[in-house]
Amino acid sequence: MKTETDLTNVNVNMARRSFLRYAGAGVAGIGLLSAVSSCHKDHNVVPTEGVTDVGSGDTGILNFAYALEQLEAAFYLQVVATPYTNMPSIELTYLTDIRDHEVCHREFFKAALGTSAIKGLTPDFSKIDFTSRTAVLGAAKAFEDLGVTAYDGIAYNIQNAAYLSIAGSIVSVEARHAALIGNLITQGNFVSSDQVDTNGLNISNKPSAVLVGANTYLKTKVSANSFS
Amino acid sequence: MNLFSIVEEIEKIDPEFNDRISPRRDAIKNITSFGSKVAVAAIPFALGNLFKKAYGQSASASVISVLNFALTLEILEATFYNDGMAASGLVTDAAYIAQIQSDENKHVTFLTSAISAAGGTPVTASDFVYLDYTGGSGSMAGPFTGVFTSYQTFLAVAETFEDTGVRAYKGQAPNLLGNQTYLTAALDIHAVEARHASAIRYLRSSKYNATVLPWITSTASGSVDTSGAASNDTGVAAVNANYGGATPENTTVQGGVNILTLPGATSSTTTVAAATAAFDEPLTMTEVLAILVPAFTKPKS
Repeated sequence: MKTETDLTNVNVNMARRSFLRYAGAGVAGIGLLSAVSSCHKDHNVVPTEGVTDVGSGDTGILNFAYALEQLEAAFYLQVVATPYTNMPSIELTYLTDIRDHEVCHREFFKAALGTSAIKGLTPDFSKIDFTSRTAVLGAAKAFEDLGVTAYDGIAYNIQNAAYLSIAGSIVSVEARHAALIGNLITQGNFVSSDQVDTNGLNISNKPSAVLVGANTYLKTKVSANSFS
Repeated sequence: MNLFSIVEEIEKIDPEFNDRISPRRDAIKNITSFGSKVAVAAIPFALGNLFKKAYGQSASASVISVLNFALTLEILEATFYNDGMAASGLVTDAAYIAQIQSDENKHVTFLTSAISAAGGTPVTASDFVYLDYTGGSGSMAGPFTGVFTSYQTFLAVAETFEDTGVRAYKGQAPNLLGNQTYLTAALDIHAVEARHASAIRYLRSSKYNATVLPWITSTASGSVDTSGAASNDTGVAAVNANYGGATPENTTVQGGVNILTLPGATSSTTTVAAATAAFDEPLTMTEVLAILVPAFTKPKS
């Protein structure tokens, strides 16, 4: 079974140019990529050989999100390409929709980052049995839950209000996915106690914790050294 | 003033500063476990006190106003589910509705405690002239008159409430920019509201054959539909505005990037359905209040 895919493809120059025009106009009086990255120049980030670091500042956060969306998109591309045994048509519909959303997120970040984007990551799904509904939905829940905790956990580091708004636009869709997958696994289990605390708040995770989970499924390891 | 510069400056003097103010770090994890031995409600109080202590002052008026706005929505939601669960014979999917009811009431408790701890005055149900879930401006005979007698109407209104809650929290995120304590808490609630929205939609679709997906899929292309009609899949035209606004749910340009021109999973472009469903859009505080006041509630002046 094919479990490795080059996650980069296609030309998105048009979209990138329009994003940069938008970025150049400035939002809420806050400087963008170049200005933002200089804010953290006194943080010393020592790269680890063979590991892709997302970088610092808002660019680093967008690359962190890009890495996670690459992983999620690759997972659902595989799920839809090789459906598990006796997948009901409604589940194929749902999983195809989710695939399309994750590809959309991946391509958005790629376009937004342009030349600042990290490289395409190579996933490693060898631990996932794509023929098993239980295995696939279990992995899907893990990916969606991880995505929600990742966006919520890193959001306070975002310096540009427009980026924060877009991160918010994406994270609620990830939460919608997470709840659906929870319901498909066990009816009514859309607010699972391992993800939502006793105050009714979704848990969040710092990038280092998120990447421990994500790197399990990545051949290309990712770090976020400038975000503790 | 840049919060992070302040934090960095303080860290030079007090290396443990971040540990003490961050709810996600070990110091606060300890407090959380300590809190589990006392009262859950004490946790936000502890956070608020820490925040005050860390900055030597209460949270700003703008932060308090965002939190009170959120609390207003949570009171509306919690009371809606409390009334629904109390209505005899209405709710048949208690596993879903009771879970959501529980979460919304916890949000009320959490925000009330957090606002008090931060030095603000939390709104309460008694601050409203009425809560009218029929949308009748206090007449209790508005367009959703059957809301607590017809389960399908109840579910449709619930779907709208949850979708609107998601949009409302999202709209406030930029007002909490850089604020680790309150932005993170707001987004954590925001995610739970999105889980609820997904679940209500799934329930309506899987059990009651409503034509809805767990996400908001808009069908109109090309124009930005500020009316919301292109994205409102509740089956209740009266709530179009909940899906409209200056940045409506059928938006296909995000951060200047035209999503429709990006490559999709199986073609060189992205469909309107995927582009609209992949992103939820915000509502401003003004937009949310225009939806709620006076149809559903009115604050005492």
